[in-house]
Amino acid sequence: MAIFIQQLLNALQLGGIYALIALGYTMVYGVLKLINFAHGDIFMAGAFIGFFLATYLKLPFVATLLGSMVLTALLGVTVERVAYRPLREAGAPRMSLVITALGVGLFLENFTRATVGAEPRNFPRLLETAAWDLGGVALTSLQFLIIGTALALMLALRYLVRHTLVGKAMRAVADNPEILGLMGVNVDRIIIFTFVLGSTLAAAGGILYAQAYPVLDPYMGIVVGWKAFIAAVVGGIGLIDGAMLGGVILGSTEVFVAAYLPSTYRDGIAFAILILVLLLRPTGLLGRPVVKKV
Amino acid sequence: MPLLEVEGLAVDYGAIRAVRDVSLTVEEGELVALVGANGAGKTTTLRAISRLVPVAAGSIRLGGRDLTRLRPHEVTTLGIAHVPEGRGIFPSLTVMENLELATWLRRKDQEGLRRDFDRVFSLFPRLWDRRHQVASTLSGGEQQMLALARALLTRGRVLLLDEPSMGLAPVLVKEIFSILRELNRQGTTILLVEQNAHMALGIAHRGYVLEAGTVVLSGPGPELARSHRVKEAYLGR
Ligand SMILES: Nc1ncnc2c1ncn2[C@@H]1O[C@H](COP(=O)(O)OP(=O)(O)O)[C@@H](O)[C@H]1O
Ligand SMILES: [Mg+2]
Repeated sequence: MAIFIQQLLNALQLGGIYALIALGYTMVYGVLKLINFAHGDIFMAGAFIGFFLATYLKLPFVATLLGSMVLTALLGVTVERVAYRPLREAGAPRMSLVITALGVGLFLENFTRATVGAEPRNFPRLLETAAWDLGGVALTSLQFLIIGTALALMLALRYLVRHTLVGKAMRAVADNPEILGLMGVNVDRIIIFTFVLGSTLAAAGGILYAQAYPVLDPYMGIVVGWKAFIAAVVGGIGLIDGAMLGGVILGSTEVFVAAYLPSTYRDGIAFAILILVLLLRPTGLLGRPVVKKV
Repeated sequence: MPLLEVEGLAVDYGAIRAVRDVSLTVEEGELVALVGANGAGKTTTLRAISRLVPVAAGSIRLGGRDLTRLRPHEVTTLGIAHVPEGRGIFPSLTVMENLELATWLRRKDQEGLRRDFDRVFSLFPRLWDRRHQVASTLSGGEQQMLALARALLTRGRVLLLDEPSMGLAPVLVKEIFSILRELNRQGTTILLVEQNAHMALGIAHRGYVLEAGTVVLSGPGPELARSHRVKEAYLGR
């Protein structure tokens, strides 16, 4: 039982990080119907930006977190302006946008490798970790902080999308961007705002990830990004709650598979879950079933 | 000076010129009808005015200000309220959320908004009953009312309406038309596009008849309604 609770906390920690990143995929998909394949690398960039803030400017945790969120948001917006918007305005087919996103991701990986180097970097420990033993369950303050920060950010985002006017505008872009313009809303601004939110959460995910697994390298965004993408799809792409649910499911699967099976099975099983869920529910767990028109 | 002035408008879809030569004016407080058969270019004309399609030639002015280089949200800011063909509601949002988005430009004006919401809900009491419902679950008539209500909330200076009667049962069409007449009586300036030429010209001060992208006739509404050419256009030949 103690081990189970222990693993559950590990699962929530990892799942929370996946969920933060998955939200970026799902929001951009929601407004643009674009799978932003560069998003995993935005997460990597967020972690590296945090690394520099913490290592060279010696910033404490909260300042590192906020600083990385702001700078990564700038990066996300730059990518949108430089790479995606010109294609959108030219009316390029969706496939071109997806290929561009892949290209942006490769660029970010190689740019980081060229400037920072390929050797793994150690992210400094920014938090004093207190540990408690509760009847055999080892609780660490770090774990609570990661889970708590992820949860707080997700609830804030959920509130924003559901209840604020800009959140309603984000959902309206998904429905019909042209009509949103007729309401007097500058649709490009809403799209930029979506990239800001997505990149901000990815940066937060990057910093939290680096606190739990403190080794960074330029390619760390690939696998984590794929898994967050799977989480978004499993939950139902385009849905905020789906990203959160998918993140937790994926995190749990990994942690429990690694706990009870040889850890080499971990990723294989994660991807198998994707295929299985999509076979049973093509629109994801929370997605509305596709109605076939006869 | 007319409130809305379109001069020599032309619009292309690729190599096809859908609108060739449209000139029309709408004075403050007027209800003007733009009628013509299916495919005549009515929708394209409205979409050009609200800058949803590029203008190939001609000019569009609102209160003397040139709109041709602006983007849709800027045109809305200046006072164009466009209810597009097929209504263009946000289907996954609730009725209330649809309405709230129309207040984007003046979301700080709480006092004015309260009055406008009161007005809209007294015009369309059914929207109040259904305010928490997802818009896709509304009937066609209710969706049309939602689209109208939303346009009113943007407080445009000119209301562009694209076939508000499309797909509605005759009694609902009557209801919509009487609401339009009432809105106009209260001072709303309207440019009304309709295939239903007789009804539209019946309530319009003035009308224009569009054929193959060109204005071929214009004049006082009731007079046009009686003209032979309109009868042909109305029947779509
Ligand atoms: N998106 C489009 N692409 C190409 N041709 C179009 C498009 N929309 C309309 N057209 C053509 O432009 C002409 C005018 O259409 P439209 O403005 O919709 O007419 P109306 O509203 O009077 O029925 C028609 O010949 C139509 O086929
Ligand atoms: Mg039309």
